[in-house]
Amino acid sequence: MSAPEHSHFSSRNFPEAAKELLADSQLRKNVRHATDVIQAKRNRVVAELPDWEALRDAGSGIRAHALAHLDHYLAEFEQNCMRAGGQVHWARDAVEANRIILGLIQRHEAKEVIKIKTMTSEEIGLNRNLEANGIRPHETDLAELIVQLGHDKPSHFVVPALHKNRQQVRAIFQREMHLPELGDKPEDLCAAARTYLREKYLRIKVAVSGANFLVAENGAVCIVESEGNGRMCLTLPDVLISLVGIEKVIPRFRDLEVLLQTLPRSATGERMNPYNSIWTGVHAGDGPKEFHVVLLDNGRSPILADAEARQTLKCIRCAACLNVCPVYHQTGGHAYESVYAGPIGAILTPQLHSMEEGRSLPYASSLCGACYEVCPVKINIPEVLIHLRGKVVEQDQKTFAGKLDPWNVGMQAAKFVMTSAGRFTLAQHMGQLAQRAFVSKNGFIEHLPFMLSGWTQTRDLKALPAQSFRDWWAQREPRGSAGADAPKGDRDVK
Amino acid sequence: MRISLFITCYNDTLFPETGKAVVRVLERLGHTVEFRREQTCCGQMHWNTGYLKEAVPIIRHFVAVYGDAEAIVAPSSSCVSMMRDHYLKAAEMAGDAKLAADVEALLPRVYEFTEFLVKGLGVEDVGATFPHKVTLHTSCHSQRSLYLGDIPVRLLKQVRGLELLPIENPQECCGFGGTFSIKNADVSSAMLAEKVRTVLNTGAEVCTAVDNSCLMHIYGSLHRQRTFVRTAHIAEILASTGGQG
Repeated sequence: MSAPEHSHFSSRNFPEAAKELLADSQLRKNVRHATDVIQAKRNRVVAELPDWEALRDAGSGIRAHALAHLDHYLAEFEQNCMRAGGQVHWARDAVEANRIILGLIQRHEAKEVIKIKTMTSEEIGLNRNLEANGIRPHETDLAELIVQLGHDKPSHFVVPALHKNRQQVRAIFQREMHLPELGDKPEDLCAAARTYLREKYLRIKVAVSGANFLVAENGAVCIVESEGNGRMCLTLPDVLISLVGIEKVIPRFRDLEVLLQTLPRSATGERMNPYNSIWTGVHAGDGPKEFHVVLLDNGRSPILADAEARQTLKCIRCAACLNVCPVYHQTGGHAYESVYAGPIGAILTPQLHSMEEGRSLPYASSLCGACYEVCPVKINIPEVLIHLRGKVVEQDQKTFAGKLDPWNVGMQAAKFVMTSAGRFTLAQHMGQLAQRAFVSKNGFIEHLPFMLSGWTQTRDLKALPAQSFRDWWAQREPRGSAGADAPKGDRDVK
Repeated sequence: MRISLFITCYNDTLFPETGKAVVRVLERLGHTVEFRREQTCCGQMHWNTGYLKEAVPIIRHFVAVYGDAEAIVAPSSSCVSMMRDHYLKAAEMAGDAKLAADVEALLPRVYEFTEFLVKGLGVEDVGATFPHKVTLHTSCHSQRSLYLGDIPVRLLKQVRGLELLPIENPQECCGFGGTFSIKNADVSSAMLAEKVRTVLNTGAEVCTAVDNSCLMHIYGSLHRQRTFVRTAHIAEILASTGGQG
């Protein structure tokens, strides 16, 4: 797959991007407030289900099974969707998907399209591509509308404008909708958006959506949403185009029983979404006359081939891992420089790019495990993060510069030290001597050189004590309770 | 019972008092403690930073040192979680069936210190006195990997004179994360600032945890800010007998 020119990724690494965002105290306050609210709601509605863990297991099983037989279920979906009057297109990458969607819109001579929030379209840079071809996309999800009118980027894939507060939203609407008198109460803002959007629903004939699930056994497509904008886009236009990642397929209709319990509770803290749309193909006199599904690979197949990382594709995009992540809390989504932010983004983005971009993302986690704990389909994100870190290191070690990188040199030295107690003890003694250059009068290290300076920019480090535990034990031993050394012999591993 | 202390590399080097405290508590409870000098490290730093194949010889070394130990106790939940969550995978990755079998035989005998006291020995009152206001930082691995639950709290509640103060957002990471604290120093520092704020809000004199790694991180900021709050590994509190211990 060639890197699409519409790639949603830019090349700044996570620590650099994060540093800039950390300086934006308003953004951090907004992010923290919003994630706390969603997280508290999520915890409440999860706690009321006695079988939550069983639902997680079931959801995980359904998704893992679908991925293990993805070729089968995709073909089954295609067949059933077409039988119901839908048309199915296969897009290998972003370029193909853009070409297909543009072609469909141009065939209907449409100059504008309405969109239901679709992160997959962000992934392929659809809006930019449409605009470049003289077609105006209108986002209809309130948050996506805020992002679009604010010439901004989504920072969260369920709540894309979570980094903005009401006053900031009002300023955007005042400017872009020409409403200088607009208030900042939620009702004011919603009414403004409603008036702005309603006209578009009634006029524009082509809609673009994503999807939450594709059902193989009957060719149905499922979208859940909270505002009703989706229902408008799915029923009013003549033509509906749904762009969907190939991993979104599930085998049976009844699998929704599990996933439609876990998804809304995890995503927005609701027992059920206000709007649940499930449709198959086209029906005369009811809804769009033409329905297209564009199935997007765009780097997913290689993930499927990696047994360790395959679980990444189980994701149902609830974003619970973002809301609970202490790293995301600090930076918000923009630091990830990808439409997929937070812990799931940290594993998905670099893989979608064959580990050639986003290589700092697997390191954008303290491995605290909060993401895994809340994931409704039990993606062991910390495990995948470590697996991807392993790939990054392996790639680096293939180059001469990578071998000489201070991290690599340090880790090789540490391995040499840690595989022999003799060498380890010697290193302790050397450390006790060498640290003298850095220890302040108060017994603490307040400045460290090179890469270690990251620690001392905000933290002191206690100096190594004069005696290690093992040296204390060696002194104590003759008097000690146990003869202690236990089985003799050189256990050093060569 | 003959208990083998795995002190862990950073406790050995940086926090010998924690090791001494573990020995004191276990001996006070009438057990024999041994210290195998060949021990070094569990391999967590390499593994978590992505140096997977470099971690394997360290893991092999650990398994060789402790193969015949009766019970292995470590005052660190993150090192124990390294073993439970990743050792088998590392052995499989290395294609070493013998190592995998040895790991499976060894793991049931590895305990985190407080887990060993409560689950292994069935003790909650270790006869400690520590007349101070204390707050507990529930380290991530202790909860999400070892599922220690309220074990540390149950032990602290039995300590004479100790007043345990609740902390806001106890489930949230302090931002250490090993090499994360250096590779992402800015984000790590921001996470730490929030943790330290909640620690100070408790009004505690001492912040404790089952991991010195988190405490080293938290204290790094407490000291930089010249606060009077100090940190102490839970073993040091449990070893304390109110000035005479």
